[in-house]
Amino acid sequence: MLNYIWLIPLFPLIGFVVIGVLGRPLFKGKTELVPAIIGCTTIFLSFVVSVLSVVALYRYIEPNAVGSRVFTRELFTWIEMGAFKVPFKLHLDALSSVMILVVTGVGFLIHVYSYGYMHKDPSQYRFFAYMNLFTCAMLILVLGGNFLLMFIGWEGVGLCSYLLIGFWFEKDSAATAGKKAFVTNRVGDFGFVLGMLLMFSVFGTLDYETVFAEAPHRLAVGGGIVTAITMLLFVGATGKSAQIPLYVWLPDAMEGPTPTSALIHAATMVTSGIYMVSRANVLYSMAPASLILVAAVGAGTAFFAGSIGLAQNDIKKVLAYSTVSQLGYMLLGCGVAAYFAGIFHLMTHAFFKALLFLGAGSVIHGMSGDQDMRNMGGLRKYMPHTCWTFMIAYLAIAGIPPFAGFFSKDEILWKAFTYNSPILGPMWGKFLWAIGAATAAMTAFYMTRLVSLTFFGESRVSHEAEHHLHESPGAMIYPLMGLAVLSLIGGWVGIPAALGGGNHFHHFLAPVLDQASHGAQGAHAAATAGLAYAAEVTGHGGGAESSHGLELFMMVVSVALAGIGIGIGYFFYIKNPNMPQLLAYKFQGLHKALVNKWYVDEIYEFAVINATKQFANLLCWFDAHIIDGIVNGAAYATKAFSSGSMLFDGTVVDGLVNLTGRIVEVASGMMRRVQTGYAHSYALVMAIGTFVLLSIYILLR
Amino acid sequence: MIPLQQTMILGAVLFGIGMLGFLTRRNLIVIFMSMELMLNAVNLNLIAFSNYHHSAQGQVFAVFVITVAAAEAATGLAILIALYRLYRSVNIDDANTLKW
Repeated sequence: MLNYIWLIPLFPLIGFVVIGVLGRPLFKGKTELVPAIIGCTTIFLSFVVSVLSVVALYRYIEPNAVGSRVFTRELFTWIEMGAFKVPFKLHLDALSSVMILVVTGVGFLIHVYSYGYMHKDPSQYRFFAYMNLFTCAMLILVLGGNFLLMFIGWEGVGLCSYLLIGFWFEKDSAATAGKKAFVTNRVGDFGFVLGMLLMFSVFGTLDYETVFAEAPHRLAVGGGIVTAITMLLFVGATGKSAQIPLYVWLPDAMEGPTPTSALIHAATMVTSGIYMVSRANVLYSMAPASLILVAAVGAGTAFFAGSIGLAQNDIKKVLAYSTVSQLGYMLLGCGVAAYFAGIFHLMTHAFFKALLFLGAGSVIHGMSGDQDMRNMGGLRKYMPHTCWTFMIAYLAIAGIPPFAGFFSKDEILWKAFTYNSPILGPMWGKFLWAIGAATAAMTAFYMTRLVSLTFFGESRVSHEAEHHLHESPGAMIYPLMGLAVLSLIGGWVGIPAALGGGNHFHHFLAPVLDQASHGAQGAHAAATAGLAYAAEVTGHGGGAESSHGLELFMMVVSVALAGIGIGIGYFFYIKNPNMPQLLAYKFQGLHKALVNKWYVDEIYEFAVINATKQFANLLCWFDAHIIDGIVNGAAYATKAFSSGSMLFDGTVVDGLVNLTGRIVEVASGMMRRVQTGYAHSYALVMAIGTFVLLSIYILLR
Repeated sequence: MIPLQQTMILGAVLFGIGMLGFLTRRNLIVIFMSMELMLNAVNLNLIAFSNYHHSAQGQVFAVFVITVAAAEAATGLAILIALYRLYRSVNIDDANTLKW
């Protein structure tokens, strides 16, 4: 089966080509079932192949020396220029296994849901074409065997994101949001490309296996080059994974259709930054300074975006900021060198956030397009299925055991708590933990607020909308149920040892994600301090046993924090519905800042966009006046000079030439009269001449 | 013996008459005749000088001049006839094609 992994990205590509080519002539303006069937089937086939491949990988390939199961397949040489060779190589290991299962599995459910959600849209065929193309790009991103292939997928998902956010391009705001996402991502991609170039200049290749095997030999731990590479790559991650300072595009991306938000902006594309950091974990583990940056950005984003989520009224905007916040969480996990925890949270987050978005989509569907939570309330009576699936996702993201989110979130918090930074020491980890814990409480709070405002309490639905209020069709409900199951049990693969589980997820990923520590044990005891150190912090075995008590205690703390968040939310929005208004009134400044997203967009507008515009205007002015002035001046000067020259030519030169002619003409006009043609006159002249000459001769003699 | 001066004066008068005829007359035949007159004036001078110097050279020149003049007269008459055929006239003013 492993030899057929190229089918995984191929199926969605076929789907894209078929729907994309045939869609316009066949289905334009109609709402047919066919594109949806093609779209869903191709993804399902990919999913089947993925499952079979992962099973085959797990079973049949003997773990190599360092215990990793890796399957690579070179399909063809893509680029070959002298020493620079890029094969189209697929790379399946534990990490990409998780990713392809998430992408195809969650992707399939979202595709099915899309049929229900989009079935009234006249451009439905276009939607499925884009979604299939997106899935194909995402699969290339996670399956590619070198950084360049990853970049192809990276750009591919960026493109599809742009297309899908601006799907309803006749709406101005959607078109603008699409552009914003594209431009913001381009800033990050610039860093990514620079990182790749630097990596290529060091290693001469972009192949994962070579780069990661060579890295400990060619680069110094904590050295400038590895730090530069990882930081540049991380710039790309901040763009794609919507981290500070490039997160602004994600909330605006909610202009796209809701399934898009679920697939791209919760479950897959935005996680590619986390995937990339995890994939390059060997390099990151060698660059402690970059890890600090990753953790700081991650934690900062988690807290910052979470705080904005507290006061948003648009149901999808809350979820969007929540996504930004959770992505920050994942990077926080990566930043404390617990990459597997980041990936773990990536996976569970894909389940419950996709479910949240799809549930929100179902609500919006029922509300005839209204997204404002202030107009909802008491919806559980009308949409029971949506409500209970949503509640599962809510408990998962809030961090209540035994739902999926609890295990992954707790893993990250625990790894942060025990993290001992080689540069900043153990207090750094404690600090990160504190931010993470506060964010967890905030998450629980704003999710409680969302659920309360939407499903519970008094109905604030307008009379007209209430009339249309209905549960969504089966095509939308069944995927919700599937995701609900995953949100419930998805975390059980990673139950930590402290709770009696084996943390299978970690062991599954360890060969890929703890390469640094394995390397340290290996023959190349180039076992530099940093690597040995990485082994210690990601530490499995050893001293972990004794700290189970502490780990359990930390779990209780985080559950308690989540409980506090939920409790406050309950108190504010169910018990005392007037309380929020009162608080908002009391802390007007803070509330206003939160509602306006800390004015970041305005600050960007002022600092970046206006400055850029002004600079552009200045350049424009310079161009129009100085450059054009010089050019036009030169032209005018030439013109003036040439007219002068023409004048000189016309009067002086031509005048002289004509004058010569004129003189000859006048002279000849006089002279010609001498030629009378009369022989006697000539004779007379001769006679007179002779007489004169003789006279002179005689007189002068 | 007739003195040299008188002969030369006669030659000059003859030449003057010939030249005057040549310049004023329009009839080509008359012009020819005037030319003969001028040639004879020259011959007269040649012979006079020959006699004055007791040398036969001048007389020889005179004979040559008469010979050449006869030859010229022949050619001249040929031209005259050709011209007449062309213009049906012997008036010299009609043959002004060389005019500007």
